[in-house]
Amino acid sequence: MAPIVPAQGLMAPARRSNPRSWQGWGFVGPFMAVFALVFLAPIVYSLYISVFRQQLVGGTSFVGLENYQRALSDPLFWSALVRVSLFLLVQVPIMLGLALLVALAIDSGRLYGKSFFRISIFLPYAVPAVVAALMWGFMYGTRFGLVGNLNDALGTTLPDPLSPGLILASIGNIVTWEFVGYNMLIFYSALRVIPTSLYEAAEIDGAGQFRIIRAIKIPAIRGALVIAAIFSIIGSFQLFNEPSILQSLAPNAITTSFTPNLYAYSLSFSGQQYNYSATVAIIMGLITMVIAYVVQLRGMRKEA
Amino acid sequence: MTTTTASATTSAGRRGAGPLRTRSRRAHSVERPRRSMVLTVATGIVLIYSLVPLVWLVINSSKTQASLFGSFGLWFSGDFALWDNIVQTLTYDGGIFVRWLANTLLYVVAGAGGATALAIIGGYGLAKFTFPGKRAVFAIVIGAVAVPGTALAVPTFLMFSQMGLTNTPWAVIIPSLISPFGLYLMWTFAAEAIPTELLEAARMDGASEVRTFAQISLPLLAPGIVTVLLFTMVATWNNYFLPLIMLRDPDWYPLTLGLNAWNAQAATAGGEAIFNLVITGSLLTILPLIAAFLLLQRFWQSGLAAGGVKE
Repeated sequence: MAPIVPAQGLMAPARRSNPRSWQGWGFVGPFMAVFALVFLAPIVYSLYISVFRQQLVGGTSFVGLENYQRALSDPLFWSALVRVSLFLLVQVPIMLGLALLVALAIDSGRLYGKSFFRISIFLPYAVPAVVAALMWGFMYGTRFGLVGNLNDALGTTLPDPLSPGLILASIGNIVTWEFVGYNMLIFYSALRVIPTSLYEAAEIDGAGQFRIIRAIKIPAIRGALVIAAIFSIIGSFQLFNEPSILQSLAPNAITTSFTPNLYAYSLSFSGQQYNYSATVAIIMGLITMVIAYVVQLRGMRKEA
Repeated sequence: MTTTTASATTSAGRRGAGPLRTRSRRAHSVERPRRSMVLTVATGIVLIYSLVPLVWLVINSSKTQASLFGSFGLWFSGDFALWDNIVQTLTYDGGIFVRWLANTLLYVVAGAGGATALAIIGGYGLAKFTFPGKRAVFAIVIGAVAVPGTALAVPTFLMFSQMGLTNTPWAVIIPSLISPFGLYLMWTFAAEAIPTELLEAARMDGASEVRTFAQISLPLLAPGIVTVLLFTMVATWNNYFLPLIMLRDPDWYPLTLGLNAWNAQAATAGGEAIFNLVITGSLLTILPLIAAFLLLQRFWQSGLAAGGVKE
């Protein structure tokens, strides 16, 4: 059933609760009412409109799964999907790997000024995606950016980060910058609750630091790793803000169908193709859920 | 499921506090290892990576539009124009930036405040009550979390436009009221922080559920509440996609949308390039959140550690 959350902890509170009654609904009710309005209703509504087609002449007509067929043979949709998949396969491992290394370094207690490291590396998380994209966009720029500065200073012609060939990597860098600290904090919080006695026992047995990391620390925080991976997968497939904002700085490199979400957005708001746009969104939602679910299954199975 | 067993052993094994600590004759034990310069420098690279863009922002918000183009990005140059820039940012186009700031505050107070309130009572209800349909609630909420938020945006927009809500603050506030992550965090936090015996004692004394919640449970939930509030605040303050589709009228824009509009202005025909204002405006936009995170560090870090994300 549930991706994202390990099931065991959620059952624990239930056992301790008082006998069955409807009282709990008094507390959960308000959340569920708003949830139904802003989550469930739109899902149902988009499923509904995805089986219709609107035409200038003839109005709205029922077309069954035609929109889905169209999406699956739409080269723009596919190229967008391939692009975010590539992004996912390269950016997510780099970001999570970096976050894990920093978390291990801070947790090891061998750093000078570790709380300064922890809070500073986390800070970019508080920066809105808009500001992050604008800042990096300016820095990438050859006009008054750092890339331009370097070219002036060294007399070189560095490749333009906003060119079509490099734009995906440049976006990956922005996203990495934004979320390394956040993921680091998740890993670090998980590392903190490992009992120290385990390390002591391992040291007595003659295990080195790297062996302790591999044999104790990594397995102990597997749950946090899986959750972070799932969040990052969802984030990658939803990629929208950064490319959307960089569009005005790199209009040639970022097309209106750069990512599936950007495609769905431009279908709706420039193309007025609401039905088809909803279909694209549903397909992306399904793909995301399936992949998140598979990652959760695999991640949780290995630890058994 | 090592993920959750940790919570059970926490109290016994939390580093440095447990009775398990052994007297080591070596100067550097497991708990106080020798500091390493090499590791500090290596981690310092990531630190620099994280801070350089922020430093760049601070430095460049002190430059005039002209010296932005003609100077090295990572050092001050020309006149120190930070105050001028701030004044200009706040007064440009009839003070629209201040209006955007007020809108953002409205969305944050109503959206994040409401989301936190719903998450607190919902999480508490899930943690401390058994009721018909509880499993279904759990399955639905978790299932919906995996649906990309942006996939919901288009249908939500269509629904809201039929209800006449688009281009009003409600269109931004209502969807912000739901934070499944906040609900999950409060749920796990409430399960651990509130002893069920305490609630039972209050009930035996004849206290109503509402009173028990307000007087006994709420104070115990404080660190969790601060954590959820901070994270929902960040989510609403930084929200871009939702207002982008819901709002047409710049008078209702939040800061994020406004800054992007200023930036795009340079690209439009006849538009005035105001990059210095975009940069100064960006700095003003991130300062409140960074200040909140720094000042409330103690609360949200303990909330995260004790609450849910540790798993």
